[in-house]
Amino acid sequence: MNPNYLENRLKTLFSQALSAAPAAKLMPPLTMGLAPRRLMGVFQRFTALGYAMRSRLPKTACYAVPTLALLFAVTAQAQTADAFSQALEQLRVGNMSEREQAIVQLGEDGRSLKLLRALRDGQLMDWKTESRLVIAVDSVKGYALRDPFDGKAVLAEVDKDAVGKLNMTNKLRGVLSKAIGGLQLNAESADVRLEAVKAIAKAADDNALQLLRKRLERENDAAVLAAIQEALWLRDLNGDDKPARLAAIQALKTRNSQDAYNRLRQLAEADAEADSEVTEQAKAAVKKIESRLQNYAAIETVFFGLSLGAVLVLAAIGLAITFGVMGIINMAHGELMMLGAYTTYVMQQLLPNYLGTALILSIPMAFLVAALVGIGIERGIIRFLYGRPLETLLATFGVSLFLQQAVRSIFSPLNRSVSTPDWMSGSWQINDFLSLTWNRFYILIFCLLVFTALLQILKRTKLGLEVRAVAQNRGMARAMGIPTSRVDAMTFGLGSGIAGVAGVALSQITNVGPNLGQAYIVDSFMVVVFGGVGNLFGTLVAGFSLGIANKVLEPYAGAVLAKILVLVFIILFIQKKPRGLFPQKGRAADG
Amino acid sequence: MNLFKQDKTYGSVMSALAAVTLLIPLCNLIFPEDSALHFSAYSVSLIGKYLCFALLGLSLDMVWGYAGILVLGQGAFFALGGYAMGMYLMRQIGTRGVYGNAELPDFMVFLNWTELPWYWHGFGNFGFAMLMVLLAPGLLAFVFGWLAFRSRVTGVYLSIITQALTYALLLAFFRNEMGFGGNNGLTDFKDILGFNIQSDGVRTTLLFCTGLSLIGALLLCRWIVNSKLGRVVTAIRDQESRVRFLGYRVELFKLWVFVFAAMLAGLAGALYVPQVGIINPSEFSPLNSLEIVIWVAVGGRGTLYGAIIGAVLVNYAKTVLTGLMPDAWLFCLGGAFILVTLLLPDGIVGLLHRRIKPKDIEEALLGEPT
Repeated sequence: MNPNYLENRLKTLFSQALSAAPAAKLMPPLTMGLAPRRLMGVFQRFTALGYAMRSRLPKTACYAVPTLALLFAVTAQAQTADAFSQALEQLRVGNMSEREQAIVQLGEDGRSLKLLRALRDGQLMDWKTESRLVIAVDSVKGYALRDPFDGKAVLAEVDKDAVGKLNMTNKLRGVLSKAIGGLQLNAESADVRLEAVKAIAKAADDNALQLLRKRLERENDAAVLAAIQEALWLRDLNGDDKPARLAAIQALKTRNSQDAYNRLRQLAEADAEADSEVTEQAKAAVKKIESRLQNYAAIETVFFGLSLGAVLVLAAIGLAITFGVMGIINMAHGELMMLGAYTTYVMQQLLPNYLGTALILSIPMAFLVAALVGIGIERGIIRFLYGRPLETLLATFGVSLFLQQAVRSIFSPLNRSVSTPDWMSGSWQINDFLSLTWNRFYILIFCLLVFTALLQILKRTKLGLEVRAVAQNRGMARAMGIPTSRVDAMTFGLGSGIAGVAGVALSQITNVGPNLGQAYIVDSFMVVVFGGVGNLFGTLVAGFSLGIANKVLEPYAGAVLAKILVLVFIILFIQKKPRGLFPQKGRAADG
Repeated sequence: MNLFKQDKTYGSVMSALAAVTLLIPLCNLIFPEDSALHFSAYSVSLIGKYLCFALLGLSLDMVWGYAGILVLGQGAFFALGGYAMGMYLMRQIGTRGVYGNAELPDFMVFLNWTELPWYWHGFGNFGFAMLMVLLAPGLLAFVFGWLAFRSRVTGVYLSIITQALTYALLLAFFRNEMGFGGNNGLTDFKDILGFNIQSDGVRTTLLFCTGLSLIGALLLCRWIVNSKLGRVVTAIRDQESRVRFLGYRVELFKLWVFVFAAMLAGLAGALYVPQVGIINPSEFSPLNSLEIVIWVAVGGRGTLYGAIIGAVLVNYAKTVLTGLMPDAWLFCLGGAFILVTLLLPDGIVGLLHRRIKPKDIEEALLGEPT
């Protein structure tokens, strides 16, 4: 989870509120109808934000934060509207020196960025009949007029004569480009500033670099600061001043930047550079960066391995209860996961506008659905087969075929698409060379949470105590007054419910189809057996180590062969240690 | 002949098999095509297929019904035998392939391979191929079983790792690099021993051979289970540790049965491939192996002929149902798994002889081991 996410989101909303407000005030006649609607839009987004945040913040905060932000937006608008509208008017009708003043003044106000950019591109025009500034874009009829603050809302379509161009001089253009650069560099949002820095670095314009130097002194956001420094160093590197170039190489080799790496690699080639010292230094720098790249590759492999392991653990952990604790071979375990994934799909169909909320709600729903089906299986079939593991295996396999075909008949045999909410898609870009995908990251965390929750249930609740008692000695537990058959049903329900929860996680990374369960059933049994039956920690360790082993082998052997090798390894391992990595000791071990 | 007297069902199954083996090829060859007694080429190869499945079921019954080892990967041995046969048939294509390459099968030419991989050598020879039909599954079963039984992996653990075995083979055979045709497997066969594989004569001969093999296998299995070896194996199924304490080397007996069953399954696969004209990696899928288990369970395990009855009945139901209601087949198969395990633990054969067996008395007295 990006810690800045909420802050940035609020800032965006805030600036939207600002840009919507003056538009409404300045142009009463035409925008009367428009402005309230746009403000409504802002309101709606606040409400949506409130929904999204409800899961993360205490209830009161969800309502308080958007309300405060809105209040703030309204007062800010009242104070600055007058000076701002005067400057706009000056820009529209004033003479050259007045326009220069107006541009300088607008350049200090974050709202005017779009407007100034349009002015630079010759799109800002005076709408004569309405006496206001608009962005005019060519269209079939003549011009499509757009709102100068957001550049999107179309106000009207008019003939070419209805608008007048604003005349510019070279002097004005100079002032304007400085104002735009300054505006971008001084923007509220660090993201906008970062973008501006990147654009300037690419253009390598001397004037703009001057702006960067200035900004360097005042910048307080680490990412923007680093980008500015990097741009300046790259500039030095391409210059003629040898000490500055060497210093730049020294500085750049500590950076994880694709641009710097590419440039240094060019310099490191023997004939690309006249100065041999620079070449040598560049070579050393490239070597240093590459050794770091290897580390990043290793980190990435471990991360992928952990995330694959998390999936395996999630798939196996429910099995660790039903198979490990109860000794039931449940071949329908994969299909219970499939039910969880389909629950997610159904929830998203029910709440199409709130995908994130639907996903979070589907965790308890999937637990319930899978647990109920599981209890049904236990009461209907498995309880007649206790002590006959092979028969249980066959009967539950029958159940799995049944569930698969049921899903195929209800939802069609095709895969259903489950959407990933915004906050789970994309990746965490740590630097140019290392990025970790969010959904895998969340699944890793989710896996650990589910594991901890399960452990707590088994250790601290009454059900957990009873489950362990029945697992250790059924007859004695019954003698002590534990309703063993009810405990069996509840335990099986718990294991099945966790399979359903795992299905929710799987729906985010794989296709949701009738065969989803089959793909994981062999793997999850392997994990449980490898870890040692009846040992939850063993399952965790086994899942993660198999995941990492798979990902480490993959670059050498290819994905399929890696999987085969891991399977063969487990088969051989079980021959050597039939009771897994962490076998149970003592009386419980005598099956 | 003493055996026939003991068990009437065994006798009737045997006679039915003999009738099918002799009469169907005769009907196909003697009567003209418009006659009511004529068996079409389609039904001949369909019945041939059922007989192959019956042989496969029989092999699983040996290992599951008598040795108590629930193998969830019997299909892997079947597919290996099939691949050995398929490799022989591929070598018979010669220059008649799409690319007309005398040295290499089409898929290798397609993958730009320049020479035949070493493990394909010798498969042009029918005798060698038949040897491999038995040796390849036998060797895999020997290595796997030797490791597993020696370290006393039993029960569900063994079942699950046999499933993992067939799953691993499935993944492996899907790879083009393995040199077995990848996804598409081996197909487009032309000749067997110089005769056109599509011709009626070859089809009926194949059915005849399959029937003979099945009868032979049934006789052999019957003889084995009634021999001293068979009795020890049955004893191992019922009380493994007691047999070990009596001084028998349990793992060797189990290994013997496991390898024997794998070879039978390989033979079934070899007879299956020329009749259906294709072998591909889906034969390795865990689901296929589980279907074999349900044939045996439906028929009644531990009876040999039960497996044959079950295999034929379930497959006939499959043919009919997948034709009429494709959606219903998995419901039926799933339902069969559940109902048979819950209500018919001895299968159809158990229904036929509702009588109390010594085993039941023992179970009733001792209770289920937990």
